[in-house]
Amino acid sequence: MPEIATETTTPVEQEQTQEPRRRRRRRRGGPPASEERSGVWYPRWYWPSFIAPGTIALIFLFVLPFYVVFSVAFGTVDFNNFGTAVPYYAPWWWSFHTFNGTLQQFYAGTHIYQAPLFRTFEYVIAASIICLVLGYTVAYYTARYATKYKGLILILLVSPFWISYLMRIYAWQGLLDVNGPINKILGPFGFGHTNFLEGKPITIILGLVYGYIPFMILPIYASLDRIQESLLEAGRDLGGSGAQTFWRVTLPLSRPAILAGIVIVTLPMFGDYYTNDLLGSTKTSMFGNLISQQTEATAGSTRAASLVLILSVIVLIPMMYYLRETRKQVEQA
Amino acid sequence: MSVAVTPEAPARGIRGYIRNPWRKPRFLQATTIGYLLWSMLPVLIAVFFSFNSGRSRSSWQGFGLTWWSTSPTDSILHDAEIRAAMLQTFKLSFLTVIIAVPLGTLFAIGIDRWHGRPARAANFTMLLSFVVPEIILGVSLYILFTSLFKDIIPLGTNAQLLGLVAYQVSYPVIIVRARLLTIGPEYEEAAMDLGSTPNQAIKRVLLPLLIPAIFASVALVFADTVDDFVTVQALSAGSTSQTLAMKIYSAARASPTPEVNAAATVMLITTLLVIAGGVLFYKRFSKGQELGGATDFAQL
Repeated sequence: MPEIATETTTPVEQEQTQEPRRRRRRRRGGPPASEERSGVWYPRWYWPSFIAPGTIALIFLFVLPFYVVFSVAFGTVDFNNFGTAVPYYAPWWWSFHTFNGTLQQFYAGTHIYQAPLFRTFEYVIAASIICLVLGYTVAYYTARYATKYKGLILILLVSPFWISYLMRIYAWQGLLDVNGPINKILGPFGFGHTNFLEGKPITIILGLVYGYIPFMILPIYASLDRIQESLLEAGRDLGGSGAQTFWRVTLPLSRPAILAGIVIVTLPMFGDYYTNDLLGSTKTSMFGNLISQQTEATAGSTRAASLVLILSVIVLIPMMYYLRETRKQVEQA
Repeated sequence: MSVAVTPEAPARGIRGYIRNPWRKPRFLQATTIGYLLWSMLPVLIAVFFSFNSGRSRSSWQGFGLTWWSTSPTDSILHDAEIRAAMLQTFKLSFLTVIIAVPLGTLFAIGIDRWHGRPARAANFTMLLSFVVPEIILGVSLYILFTSLFKDIIPLGTNAQLLGLVAYQVSYPVIIVRARLLTIGPEYEEAAMDLGSTPNQAIKRVLLPLLIPAIFASVALVFADTVDDFVTVQALSAGSTSQTLAMKIYSAARASPTPEVNAAATVMLITTLLVIAGGVLFYKRFSKGQELGGATDFAQL
């Protein structure tokens, strides 16, 4: 049984043990940080055993699948067996032949994948901008002016999280139907009988906005809510107009939240395929649709694996940015 | 003279409105109200149309419970396929909670106390699994279960369960970790100073303090797996492992009737109830501890 040390560390000692983080890390086999802090001796396996089950699950269900994706993408295809994938699990056998074939679809020959790729970027950028402008406005109002109804507005802002994305998009499918309510409302203005569901980019963009804007509003709201009123008053006292105070105080202070919001919103948008499946057609198919088509096909594994790798590269930078920011936040806390 | 003191009569019209520093933020207010209506109305209308007596889900044909209970074949009460899908959905959600929440809670405690290099690598992987777009994880698992694990774990309920665990395990980690950061190590140290072993300190001091966070995780993981679609669809083995979300998706692409609305309403009510229960429990158990339940939920 681990024994309990009688002496506890003083605040000064704590600071010293906290400071030279680098050096301590290099001391191999040394006691873990928490041990020094609490003054209690734990067996070496004690804390690692807490992490072990989750880590094993992650290795088998997150790291390994990704490795298999590489093996399949850089493997070959068995043409005698309906083109099923033949993965190469050893990296030194990896061949880039089939992967190249997929990659070339983006720029060479018939380049059937080029249009969906560009379309994805267009839609994601347009939808993110709308999300930002609309989301910022709503978050700003809620944080600054919604006095009496703040609680209610917050509940309404959060509730889309708990309503299935699929249901939210499905709801629009009924509304946008040729004979649906939207067309009935637009009828008197001469826009009646527009088929919004037949591959209209605007439908998909607004569908994406509708689906993901809550993820934009909440971080911005949280950051605007934290801004101290005194800072804004100081801005006004020093002679700034309302607009100037906004541009030079509020906006810079909410910049990290804006960037975080953009990343949180764009990441799932890049992989989205159900919005287009429910509200669009092949004319508006996105990158996610390319992947989902391959998983539905009989021997699409190799293609799907290659496309997943390409998508991973696309989302790598926003993902790393997000991870770095959250790590910073945890360290600050 | 009093003339200098009397404020100028407020200018009228748009210019006057812009010049007035105490103007009401009408534009912001209108945008917010408009947004809230836009975000909520479609869902309410979809729920409403589940009570349509006719086949249409866009034009009202009178109130009726056709799609809920009356129709002997196409109501969610009598449609065997929908019932199987509901069962599969709840089974998966229940099992995912049972596996993912303990795994995540233990992981969070370990990562909070042990700062070694392997711990940091594990934590990085965990966060990565949280931010990665679901389609990447789902299709990777699909490829895993159709190639390397083809003979051990074929596509189907087991594969779906494992996929959901992989996708959901990071939620409890994040919630519990946030809670641990606010609790700090002092309570445990006090317990051990009073003579408890580390195991006792965790069981009798730390875990009770973590109960609100664990409840929140249970509610969140459950609600999220009920709604999950991408992972579950990628790893399903056809109709035998169809969930409610998959059913809605496939029906929406084919020829949807208000039956789908009814099924979606069931899903909606389930998740909202679970989340409301989670929030209530959270508030009840974290009484006296400074932390708003809603903010923790909103963080995700």
